[in-house]
Amino acid sequence: MDHAIWAEGLVKHFGETKALDGVDLSVRTGTVLGLLGPNGAGKTTTVRVLATLLRPDAGRASVNGYDVVADAHRVRQLIGLTGQYASVDETLTGTENLLLIGRLLGLSRPAARERARELLAQFELTDAASRAAKTYSGGMRRRLDLAASLVGRPPLLYLDEPTTGLDPRARAELWELIRRLVAGGTTVLLTTQYLDEADELADEIMVIDQGRVIAAGTPEDLKAKTGSQTLAVRPADRAHLPIVTSVVGELACAIPDVKGQLVTAQVTDPAVLPAVVRRLDDAGVVVSELALRTSSLNEVFLSLTGRPAEEADQSGSAATRQTEGSPA
Amino acid sequence: MTAITTTPPAGPSLPARVSPLDGVRQSLTLAWRTIVQVRHNPWELGDFSFQPIMFVLLFTFVFGGAIAGDWQSYLQFMLPGMITMNMLFVTMYVAQGLNTDLTKGVFDRLRSLPIARWAPLAGRIAADQVKQAWSIVLVLGVGLVLGFRIGTNPASLLAAVLLLLVFALAFSWVSVLVGVLARDPERVQIFGFTALFPVTFVSNVFVPAESMPGWLQAFVNVNPVSILSDACRALMLGDKTAGSPWHVASAGPPVIQSLLWAAVIVAIFAPLSVWALKRKI
Repeated sequence: MDHAIWAEGLVKHFGETKALDGVDLSVRTGTVLGLLGPNGAGKTTTVRVLATLLRPDAGRASVNGYDVVADAHRVRQLIGLTGQYASVDETLTGTENLLLIGRLLGLSRPAARERARELLAQFELTDAASRAAKTYSGGMRRRLDLAASLVGRPPLLYLDEPTTGLDPRARAELWELIRRLVAGGTTVLLTTQYLDEADELADEIMVIDQGRVIAAGTPEDLKAKTGSQTLAVRPADRAHLPIVTSVVGELACAIPDVKGQLVTAQVTDPAVLPAVVRRLDDAGVVVSELALRTSSLNEVFLSLTGRPAEEADQSGSAATRQTEGSPA
Repeated sequence: MTAITTTPPAGPSLPARVSPLDGVRQSLTLAWRTIVQVRHNPWELGDFSFQPIMFVLLFTFVFGGAIAGDWQSYLQFMLPGMITMNMLFVTMYVAQGLNTDLTKGVFDRLRSLPIARWAPLAGRIAADQVKQAWSIVLVLGVGLVLGFRIGTNPASLLAAVLLLLVFALAFSWVSVLVGVLARDPERVQIFGFTALFPVTFVSNVFVPAESMPGWLQAFVNVNPVSILSDACRALMLGDKTAGSPWHVASAGPPVIQSLLWAAVIVAIFAPLSVWALKRKI
């Protein structure tokens, strides 16, 4: 089978709000699709539809050829789900949580115990195995969440913002685990608010905004289209702002964004940086800030939609459930 | 980098639905989980163990003499009602647990698994029945130690316990609705107890209805808590209390009325709860 996940024209309303407004997507077997977008874009709603938790108002979706509505029970046998809203029981220990899921999936008691032990070792949670999940750190908790979704060895994994709220180290550890899963043949649908996360993990990225897919392609395509990096220059003297703006605009081949005294532009070629330095030096411009950094989701958004991603930086962790009525 | 392997996509032989037998097994697994939770949270065990014991002691020794003349005879009257009242409070654990699962995301995790759709709810309610049995035996045991005496026979006593469990099962649907509608587990407690306290106290659990004003008696006499308490009195005490204002002449009418009430509660609250749950998720 070529496509593990295939969806066409998904529409979902929550009261007045249109959470999904005709989402098409497909994920090839064995690859990683990154669904990128700010809070409220429709990422979680998409995952919930594909995980059989939510019935779409219109459109169709299938997993390994099984319809998510008509054949929901078969779809559930193929997927693992990890997200802020699909959680482990925090009053139970790590072992008990995995044991519970193993038993629910029909494993015998010894087999469930063995699988729990195996997963805890793989996810470096053996030492915390007999502690209640509520005592775990953020990173450990996500690892247990991920382990819980793997008990049944699902060929498909949905990861809904797996690293939101984690510190950089825990984030890197989780990325490594996800890479190992993909190397083992698992198909992954990943949602994230972070461009670098999608860039790191995904074979293909879809940018979603207001319930609609606004761009899709490989990370390279997308970067070429939007500029993967942001050049930022701040002249020491305000009088030099026009020169800086024109130099940056010319070399980046784009109209720079000027905020206060800071000039920024999306660039695709890192060689722009030395060129800018040379040109400004020739013009006798002294700069107080000069940087080339990876574009943020906001900047990608700006270049795709012409408007900033609303609330893209607001990490909505526990709030998601409460605002259940609105798209998350 | 070591690859974490998962098996290749399963063949075309995936079952299309859950067999009822598997559904029962899954419910029992989920009931096991609820019992394990109690082991990890002894506070909860204390809540549904010490609170009823405290109530028994308080009412027997503080109010008993004033209400019935002496605490020994008050204990006879009050204990069956106390067991009934406590049973209603214990059903609220269904609401508490369900609400926690819904707000913390455990319910969604369970729904994404290939298990029977009704298993999470059935598991909760089954576990609640274990808690019920425990607290009935506990309150009865404390009563027996203090001097409560069964006036009938073991079969009647067993019938009383079964009747309480059947009623608890029916009342669990009210609890499910509370659990679905409440915004967080704290609110379950507030909602549950502000509704349950008046309903259980405005009954004949603690004092006979005859001592109350007429308009109140009208409510007390149709209150299912009074009816079920009377059924338990009749089944536990028999003719031992003949001549007292609490005496229930025959077990038949209150038992039948209790079962009718249970049926009415299920007929109203089961569809309502399922509807509310489907709307919420």
